[in-house]
Amino acid sequence: MSLEYYLVLSALLFTIGVIGVLIRRNAIIIFMCIELMLNAANLAFVAISRDLGQVEGQLFVFFVMAVAAAEVAIGLAIIVSVFKHRETINVDEVNSLKG
Amino acid sequence: MNAEMILFFIFGAVALIGAIAVISFRHPIYSALSLIVTFFAQAGLFVLLGAHFVAAVQVIVYAGAIMVLFLFVIMLLNLGTLSAKGALTGKLKGVAIVLGILLAVQGIYIAVKAGNNTALESAQASTEPVTTYKIGELLFKDYLLPFEVTSLILLAALIGVIVLVKRDKQIEN
Repeated sequence: MSLEYYLVLSALLFTIGVIGVLIRRNAIIIFMCIELMLNAANLAFVAISRDLGQVEGQLFVFFVMAVAAAEVAIGLAIIVSVFKHRETINVDEVNSLKG
Repeated sequence: MNAEMILFFIFGAVALIGAIAVISFRHPIYSALSLIVTFFAQAGLFVLLGAHFVAAVQVIVYAGAIMVLFLFVIMLLNLGTLSAKGALTGKLKGVAIVLGILLAVQGIYIAVKAGNNTALESAQASTEPVTTYKIGELLFKDYLLPFEVTSLILLAALIGVIVLVKRDKQIEN
């Protein structure tokens, strides 16, 4: 089982995440798409780690997971507090910071 | 076509279908459930790659903790009625999808190229799974500092979330 298959799958998952961020306006779904992209990167890390016979790749996956967990906790707290103030989580309607 | 290849295509197809479902469903709850399917399929792929501990952590942390947080927030905000309005117009959506397909082609090109470049080194790649012992040894010896810095990130996130949620109460008071 060669490396390319895993990397192609990882690229496809990442692209689906990017398309999701571009076409959806719901902040929570945009967050899920970011998780999708992080996971695609994790898949590439583990695949290359196996291919090179090194364990480091798997370690970075744990760091990515820790950062993703922190990011989700803060992001969802921001979404909740935006919803409390604006009654919406549509990212097009939350534009107070627009220059 | 050996068993590993068949399992790879099954898990890969499930992961891709789940990912497409995430961005297609109107209601965020269905998107979250599809994302859990994708995470489980990826855990299967990690097992295929011999990363058993990563697969277990994927299920516990991602499919367990993070997705429960997502579902909790979706249900807390009761977003079902809000999600339908304000979608992108057809023209912009088309541009976004075309750009996405372009990115996918580039990604596949780079993936195939990278796969060919490392083909020589992969000859001695071990097929036996990486044990938790090896990961722990590396994590607590060579990567001790990054590990401790990670705990600082989690602490910062903890304090940040408390501040974000608490601020509203103080304004009300």
